[in-house]
Amino acid sequence: MNIIVCVKLIPDPEAPPASFKIDTAANKVIPAAGVSLVISPFDEQAVEAALRLKDVNGGKVTVISLGMGLPRDVVKKPLAMGADELIILEDPAFEGGDSWSTAYALAMAIKKIGEFDVVLCGRQAGDWDAGQVGSGIAEFLGIPGITIAKKIEVNNGTAVVERVLSDGYEVIEAVLPALITVSNELGEPRFAALKGIMAAAKKQPVIWKPADIGVEPSKLGAAGRATKLVKLFQPVREGKCEIIEGENPAEAAEKLALRLREAKVI
Amino acid sequence: MSEAKGILIVGETIEEKIAPITAELLGCGRKLADELGEPLFGALIGSDVSGIAQELIALGADTVYTADNPILQNYQTDTYTQVMEKMCKDISPRYVLMGQTTIGRDLSPRLAFRLNTGLSTDCVDLKIDPQGKGLLQTRPVYGGNAQAIFAVENKYPQIATIRSKAFSPLAPDTTRQGNVIPVAIEIDTSKVKTKFVRKVKEEVTGVKLEDAKAVVTGGRGIGGPDGFKQLEELAAILGGAVGATRPPCDNAWVPSTWQVGLTGKIVTPELYIAVGVSGASQHLAGCSSAKNIVAINKDPDANIFKEARFGVVGDYKQVLPAFTQKIKSLLDK
Ligand SMILES: Cc1cc2nc3c(=O)[nH]c(=O)nc-3n(C[C@H](O)[C@H](O)[C@H](O)COP(=O)(O)OP(=O)(O)OC[C@H]3O[C@@H](n4cnc5c(N)ncnc54)[C@H](O)[C@@H]3O)c2cc1C
Ligand SMILES: Nc1ncnc2c1ncn2[C@@H]1O[C@H](COP(=O)(O)O)[C@@H](O)[C@H]1O
Repeated sequence: MNIIVCVKLIPDPEAPPASFKIDTAANKVIPAAGVSLVISPFDEQAVEAALRLKDVNGGKVTVISLGMGLPRDVVKKPLAMGADELIILEDPAFEGGDSWSTAYALAMAIKKIGEFDVVLCGRQAGDWDAGQVGSGIAEFLGIPGITIAKKIEVNNGTAVVERVLSDGYEVIEAVLPALITVSNELGEPRFAALKGIMAAAKKQPVIWKPADIGVEPSKLGAAGRATKLVKLFQPVREGKCEIIEGENPAEAAEKLALRLREAKVI
Repeated sequence: MSEAKGILIVGETIEEKIAPITAELLGCGRKLADELGEPLFGALIGSDVSGIAQELIALGADTVYTADNPILQNYQTDTYTQVMEKMCKDISPRYVLMGQTTIGRDLSPRLAFRLNTGLSTDCVDLKIDPQGKGLLQTRPVYGGNAQAIFAVENKYPQIATIRSKAFSPLAPDTTRQGNVIPVAIEIDTSKVKTKFVRKVKEEVTGVKLEDAKAVVTGGRGIGGPDGFKQLEELAAILGGAVGATRPPCDNAWVPSTWQVGLTGKIVTPELYIAVGVSGASQHLAGCSSAKNIVAINKDPDANIFKEARFGVVGDYKQVLPAFTQKIKSLLDK
């Protein structure tokens, strides 16, 4: 079975909110000191989903990441976890895209790979939180898509997927090849074992440029966007919390309850 | 496509009734439609949905298009996208608005890519650009650490999904007049490559999290399923519901349907008590519109204290029992 996983590198989304700053004039996020790039968490779960499929069905897992200057130790993590190959779409023309141009580039790269049964994405990238690229790839490739999966099995050319709902889940089947986006309910991604890390260190990523996937630069990155970023800003937070103190925790607790009554909250 | 005109909102139902998000879509859509001086259309897709079309009109729609067919009973990407593609081609709306729901999250990107147009998901504000009448779409990004305004240039329809509870519905007016137009359904079954098998619903006992006036939320700091029993006790006294941050759900201390936040539920209760919650932006995305946030956390520097109105710094194991007792005695009086 051939499995493709799309993985994006983003600034650690769990960094303390206070470290987050933007340059309003340039409409850009200022990279915070000490905040490193990580694999977007849902994408790491997509890698895990791919490896679980490979564990059961055998086959090959190919990872694609689009981005410039991606730190190799981070982008190689899926290899260390057990993926077989890494392709990086690395060229200035790919930069500054939105979900539209990103999905297009990834779909064209997947076409170039040619043989695939399952394409996996994260449910949404942890930076822009759009949640569009997976469905976009499916649409460009003309294949079925199932979003927000928590469990994936493959039987006789059919994917059987549990899709998370707000009040439970639903079971959906799709004829392969299919695209599936993965949610955190899938479960923890595996750790990279030392053996995997050593093997990954030796593997070299394959680098593709626009010409390699047969696309004109005008349809890529910033030039190919369907949406325009008009403004990026940080909403102001008031932040005046009344801290209730007491001689001991129990007293503080009682005073809190009384204060809530006084403020007519309860 | 002829010249784009009007706004089309995609309605949803929950157990044969109009979903709250549909009323919010109509409230938001009506305002924009009046500003444009153009009509507000509603779409209802499903089986046996025509009966509630009139309710959409009472809530602000001028015309409701119904795609009513047993084949549409359950949401399926391939069938619903075909229906929406046809409706968009027939109606040629300027904007299409959906809810950021399990359906909207799936349907909106598929439709946008099929129609070769732009989409912004999870919007909390929508405005009309006075020049060119494009839709200015404001949405939280970076987990809620920032907001971005997006525009789509020269592509129609411009599509957006709206965050639950970000827009207000109108009061229903049953005297409002409007048209209900059934749409002929021709699903190309050769293009339906997914099959709905079954739905597994998690039963909710007591008040629903989304509707609760009081929510008691536990975070990783609760330490395990036992601690959540104490939160349930407090929630029961307040007549509210229990929520959770992601780690307790991921660790299976509580069901994943209890998750509040960007990828969980959006709640707007009068009182939100966050216990052992650090206040990550992705969590606050789901609760920052609560009227009063109360935080109990042992770390005085926890980010949750930046959002909370009242707080106690301390170990919840020592704070919560006395707090619950006192609340109980105050409410018993
Ligand atoms: C794309 C994306 C989407 C996400 N979506 C969501 C979402 O929808 N909802 C969500 O919740 N998270 C979401 N997250 C995860 C989020 O970033 C945080 O990791 C999560 O909210 C942290 O949960 P927490 O506050 O319970 O845990 P922690 O951050 O670990 O905080 C635990 C807190 O408990 C306190 N504590 C510990 N012991 C005690 C004690 N005995 N008494 C009192 N206090 C104590 C600590 O001081 C600490 O502040 C998302 C992340 C990403 C990247
Ligand atoms: N630059 C990228 N490189 C590889 N995969 C990506 C990239 N951007 C988005 N994706 C994939 O698409 C998913 C959804 O992204 P988005 O629509 O931007 O929220 C992510 O979780 C990834 O799986």
